[in-house]
Amino acid sequence: MNAAAQEGVVFSHLGEAGLLCEHAPGPLDLARQRRIWAVADAIGARPGIREVIPGMNNLVVLYDPLAFAPDDLSAEIEALWQAPVPERHEGRTIEIPVVYGGEGGVDLVPLATRAGLDPAAFAALHAAGEYTVYALGSQPGFGYLGGLDPRLAAARRDVVHPRIEAGTVMIGGAQTAVQSRTTPSGWHMIGRTETVFFDPLRDPPCLLKPGDRVRFRAVEVLA
Amino acid sequence: MIEILSPGVMASVQDMGRPGLRNLGVGSTGAMDARALHIANLLAGNEPGTAGVEFTLGGFSLRFHADTVFALTGADAGARLDGEPVPAWWVRRARAGQTLTAGMAGRGMRSVLAVSGGIAVPDLMGSRSTDLKGGFGGHEGRLLRAGDRLETGPAEAPAMGERGFGLAAGRLGLLPPQGEAEIRFVPAAEWQVHGPAIRERFLASSWKLLPDSNRMGYRLSGPELRRETPLELLSHGIIPGTIQLPPAGQPVIQLNDANTCGGYPKLGVVIEADLATLAQVRLGDHIRFRAVDRAEALAALAERAAFLDRLPERIALARDYSMRSAGHD
Repeated sequence: MNAAAQEGVVFSHLGEAGLLCEHAPGPLDLARQRRIWAVADAIGARPGIREVIPGMNNLVVLYDPLAFAPDDLSAEIEALWQAPVPERHEGRTIEIPVVYGGEGGVDLVPLATRAGLDPAAFAALHAAGEYTVYALGSQPGFGYLGGLDPRLAAARRDVVHPRIEAGTVMIGGAQTAVQSRTTPSGWHMIGRTETVFFDPLRDPPCLLKPGDRVRFRAVEVLA
Repeated sequence: MIEILSPGVMASVQDMGRPGLRNLGVGSTGAMDARALHIANLLAGNEPGTAGVEFTLGGFSLRFHADTVFALTGADAGARLDGEPVPAWWVRRARAGQTLTAGMAGRGMRSVLAVSGGIAVPDLMGSRSTDLKGGFGGHEGRLLRAGDRLETGPAEAPAMGERGFGLAAGRLGLLPPQGEAEIRFVPAAEWQVHGPAIRERFLASSWKLLPDSNRMGYRLSGPELRRETPLELLSHGIIPGTIQLPPAGQPVIQLNDANTCGGYPKLGVVIEADLATLAQVRLGDHIRFRAVDRAEALAALAERAAFLDRLPERIALARDYSMRSAGHD
C-alpha cells in the first residue's frame, strides 16, 4: 500500500447540501490531485449528486439533501478515497504559443529583474516547464496549473490590474495560468496568447481539462 | 416584445441559473431572489424557472410592444402602467404601446419582472441567465441598456380580470426585510478554527451591508475579526451564500456571480431558504447571523417547498376571483 492510500479525508459541511472533502493540510501535490480526480469521477456518476467540483487537492460534492444523509455520503466518499487510484486516461498535451513581454506582458521585466534574470531567460524558463491542469475554476475555462519553476514564483500584486485581457499569461504566487475571460486580477502579466480557452458556443466550451498538460512556446520575447 | 426605456441602476435577464458547471469555472448566476422569480412566473402562467428580468432598486421603465401578461415581484418600486399603480406580487395584462415605470424601491433591493412566455433569449449551456463576469448568456452577455428590445416566448397567457390580481405579500411573509435581517447559516470548515472570540463577536454583531456589494458578493462592516496568524487555504469550490473571513477581518458573502473557487477561511454558508431574504437586504442595512444545524436548514427548506407547492392553487383562486369581480364592474 502506498503512503497516499492511507491518507484520510477531512470532511466539513458546505451548507445543508454540500460536503467539502480535503486532504490533511500539506503542499499542493499531483499524486493527491490524481486521487481527487478519481473520487470526483466515481462519485459524480451517483444518482442524487448534483455537482462535483474538484479544487486544489480538494473536492466539493453538492448533493440532494433529501436523497442522502451526509454521514452515508461521507462514508461512501471515504471508501472511494481509500481505493487504489485507477489508471486514468492520460491527458492531452496542449501547446500554447506566447508572445512574452510587451503590452500584453507588462510585468515581465519587473518580475525578471526581481528574480535576478534577464527577461529572455525568465521567459525561457517559463516556456521550458511542463504544467499540469489541476482544476478549472474561478472564471469560465480558467485552468489552475501546477509545475511552475519556483524561481519564477512571485507574490500577487499589491494593486490589482483593473482589466486583464483574455489570453494574458500570468503568474500569481507559485501558480501560472492564462486569463480565459477579461477581468480584473492581482496576478502579474507576463505575456499574451491568441489561444481561446473558453467559448460558450463551442462543444466542449473549455479548452482545458483537469489532467491535461500545458506547454508554453515562446513566439517572441519583447523586452 | 418589450423595450427597455431605462434599466435603472442595474438590470439583467436571469432564470434559475446555470448550476452544475462550476467544475468548468462557470458560476451559477441566476436570479438573486429565486423565490421572487419562481412566484412571478407562477403568476404569469409560466414554469417557475422561466427567464425574467431582475431590476435593482427600481427606477426602471419599459414599453410593451405587444399585448403582454406580466408579473412583478420582489421589492415594491411603486410601478405604474401608464399611470395606473401595479403593486409588487401582482400580475396583469399590458396593451401594446403601454409603458411600465417604476419609482425607487422603498423596501427591498431587487424586483423581478416575468412575462407570459418568458424572455426569449437563447439557452446557453442550459440556462438563459446572464453571466456578467463571463460576458455570455442573457441578452448579449451584458447588463440591459436603454433601447434594448427583448423578445418574449410563445405564451398561452392565463385569463384574468382587467386589472389583474395579486398575492397578499404581508400575510404570506413575502415582504423584504426592514432594518436588521436575521440570516441563518450552517457553520463551515474553519468555524471552530477561528476560536471563541471571533465566533462570539461574529454572532453578537449587527453587520452593515456596504454600498459596493453586488451580485458577486456582499461586503460587511462591523468589528474587526482579525486572526493573529492568517490561515492559508488551497482554493476549493464555493457556492452562493458562502461567508468568508478575509485577513482584514471583515466578512464577505459570496453570491450568484462570484468566482467558482475561493481560498479565504469560511465561517459558514447561508441556508438556501434564507438566500431570498439576503437578496433583498438594502445597501446600508444590517444583518445579524444565527448559526443553525443541518436539521434546521432542511426544515426551513421543506417549509419553503411546501409553501411554493401550495401557491398554484392559491393563485388559481385569486385569478378566478379577479374574473368574477371584473364581471360585476
